[in-house]
Amino acid sequence: MAAGVGDFGSGGRLDPGVLMEQVKVQIAVANAQELLQRMTDKCFRKCIGKPGSSLDNSEQKCIAMCMDRYMDAWNTVSRAYNSRLQRERANM
Amino acid sequence: MDSSSAAGDLGAAVNDPQLQHFIEVETQKQRFQQLVHQMTELCWEKCMDKPGPKLDSRAETCFVNCVERFIDTSQFILNRLEQTQKSKSAFSENLSD
Repeated sequence: MAAGVGDFGSGGRLDPGVLMEQVKVQIAVANAQELLQRMTDKCFRKCIGKPGSSLDNSEQKCIAMCMDRYMDAWNTVSRAYNSRLQRERANM
Repeated sequence: MDSSSAAGDLGAAVNDPQLQHFIEVETQKQRFQQLVHQMTELCWEKCMDKPGPKLDSRAETCFVNCVERFIDTSQFILNRLEQTQKSKSAFSENLSD
């Protein structure tokens, strides 16, 4: 009984629980794709000066480092934004 | 907020209060996430030189300031547009649209 996307339970009745789970999974996938795409773009710009015949060692090291720093940056931004929201909520 | 039109033929489940609440919460969360993606990308350009072995404190401060000023900018623009709209409509009441 694998529940695929679009399979909303039996009897034609929509099971809200199943629906919510599927939506959550899809949101998580979309967010991961978004991060992956932006991270690839940024780290390509930083690390690949002149595209050579292969991804050389120093480029791979740079990309690995860039990925970690991008995650750090993401988390820092998320925290800063969150604390700003908290402050504004407290001032209302 | 009327979500029944967007949900189309999903039927009775749309009126499920539990589901309504779920949609509201997830929409909020998604707005937050989307803005974090956007600001990370923007501030990365401003704050990141060459990615080092760790995020140094100078870059970290830059990211925090970048987020704060981005939100300030967004609020400033919103306020100013509101102001100009107000004074415009006060001065041009006889100039109909």
